[in-house]
Amino acid sequence: MNKKYLKTIYILFKKELMSYFNSPIAYIFIGVFLVVGNWLFFKNFFLIGQTSMRGYFDLLPWIFLFLSPAITMRLWAEEKRSGTIEFLLTLPVTDWQVVFAKFLGGLVFLFISLLLSATIPFSLASIGSLDWGPVFGEYLGALFLGGSYLALGLFVSSLTKNQIIAFIVGLVVSFIAFIIGANFVLIGAPNFLVPILSFLGLGNHFYSIAKGVIDSKDVIFYFSFIFLFLYLNTRVIETRGWK
Amino acid sequence: MIEIKNLCKNFGANKILDDLSFSVKKGEILGFLGPNGAGKSSTMKIITGFWTPTKGSVEIDGQDVLTHSMETRAKIGYLPENVPLYDDMRVYEYLKFVAEIRGIEKDAIKKRIKEVIGDCGLANVIRKPIDELSKGYRQRVGLAQAIMHEPDILILDEPTTGLDPNQIVEIRDLIKKIGKEKTVIFSTHILSEVSATCDHAIIINNGKIVSEGKPDELAKTVGGKESVYLKVKGQSKEAIEKALKEIEKIDSFELKDKEEGNIFGFSILVKDGADIREDLSKKIYQNNWSIYEIRRKKASLEDIFRELTK
Repeated sequence: MNKKYLKTIYILFKKELMSYFNSPIAYIFIGVFLVVGNWLFFKNFFLIGQTSMRGYFDLLPWIFLFLSPAITMRLWAEEKRSGTIEFLLTLPVTDWQVVFAKFLGGLVFLFISLLLSATIPFSLASIGSLDWGPVFGEYLGALFLGGSYLALGLFVSSLTKNQIIAFIVGLVVSFIAFIIGANFVLIGAPNFLVPILSFLGLGNHFYSIAKGVIDSKDVIFYFSFIFLFLYLNTRVIETRGWK
Repeated sequence: MIEIKNLCKNFGANKILDDLSFSVKKGEILGFLGPNGAGKSSTMKIITGFWTPTKGSVEIDGQDVLTHSMETRAKIGYLPENVPLYDDMRVYEYLKFVAEIRGIEKDAIKKRIKEVIGDCGLANVIRKPIDELSKGYRQRVGLAQAIMHEPDILILDEPTTGLDPNQIVEIRDLIKKIGKEKTVIFSTHILSEVSATCDHAIIINNGKIVSEGKPDELAKTVGGKESVYLKVKGQSKEAIEKALKEIEKIDSFELKDKEEGNIFGFSILVKDGADIREDLSKKIYQNNWSIYEIRRKKASLEDIFRELTK
């Protein structure tokens, strides 16, 4: 992997990130994300009366569930619908570079949205004493979880020309991946499946990191999950399978 | 320069390309003709590395487009059919992205974009979002994108569809200008375009080459029958038809149109190699009729095309 290889990814990434801010969708997206997140959090905050962001990060996976597929839905579907994919994939770039750049663009966009929500911990810190350790853990966990949703959504987007289908299928698949390790699923599952499902569920790893304990097991899980779907995505693009 | 050997492309049982072989020399402008769905775009998609062939190979300067994909792609500038562009970008922004991704040095980018804007006449629109451009301007942005990195090979898929006659001439001139130094392959179904711009033409149908050669040579390959259009004023239709039948060199004729006052237009098919103009004028003189129009028609590219791709 040389310098030119990385530079190509960087140029593609820049284009992807720019394309979010070229349309009003990005601003609407960030606006909705902040308003909904803040509203749902502060609605209960004064009732509970604790300076902790627990409540916020309990909500976040559910907010992400809708917002991540919204970020990824157009990434491939729109390229295919408009035909720009033919331009993009005949440039001297590898399919993997394009997939990775798209993922990175989505991740940085999500990161920017998350950063803007940092008004919450700062407000909390100003009205009471906030333990910053868990907050960082929670943000890191959110980024990993968001990254997993994005990788999944990007993969789904590569399978269709239709943004709406990409959104809905992405949402459903992400929901399943999140919920699969939850307690109420495990209760109904056959015994031998319990440890497997509990390991595969995106949610469990999120809550584990969000506690502030950064276990390499969880980090490796998220990285493997993301790379698996980016890899599958590359394979789909390679076969030009939508024709 | 471009060497295409036994190219096949199947989608399931559907044969899109069927054993296509041809080569393009450096500096040549190749016109790629064929009805819709003949396989023009498919061939281009394989040359540019967008699709992989089912069988066969494409080599550019001796490098296979599959195994040396990055190298061959760098040599090609490609304008896909229908000119796909990123509609949410502005023209300048888009060109800058193209320049960067094509690996133009940072300090040369501005200069190169300026040149391309000049070449393609984009100066008025560079700040506009692409989705506000007219079709003609879109086409030019597409061309600008394709020539940005000064490629050795330009592949243009129907670069003039949907343009008005003035724009067509402009784009054609641009292709000719570029084609002076570069190898150009372009597809079209406008036949006059081929005679106007190409050194070499290939007609394909159902994924096979049906004819190949210089545009004017193509006419001979079909053995195009010559026809003559004659407009004459005579006593009656029957009298003229009778007179025409007497000329031996005429294969067949048919009435095309008529005007007030016994003026009739005939399209006359001539027997191979014969020239009937003298016979016709003598005949008409003998009968004391008058010629309103006489015109010889060589088999045009249109006729050849229709003949070959029926």
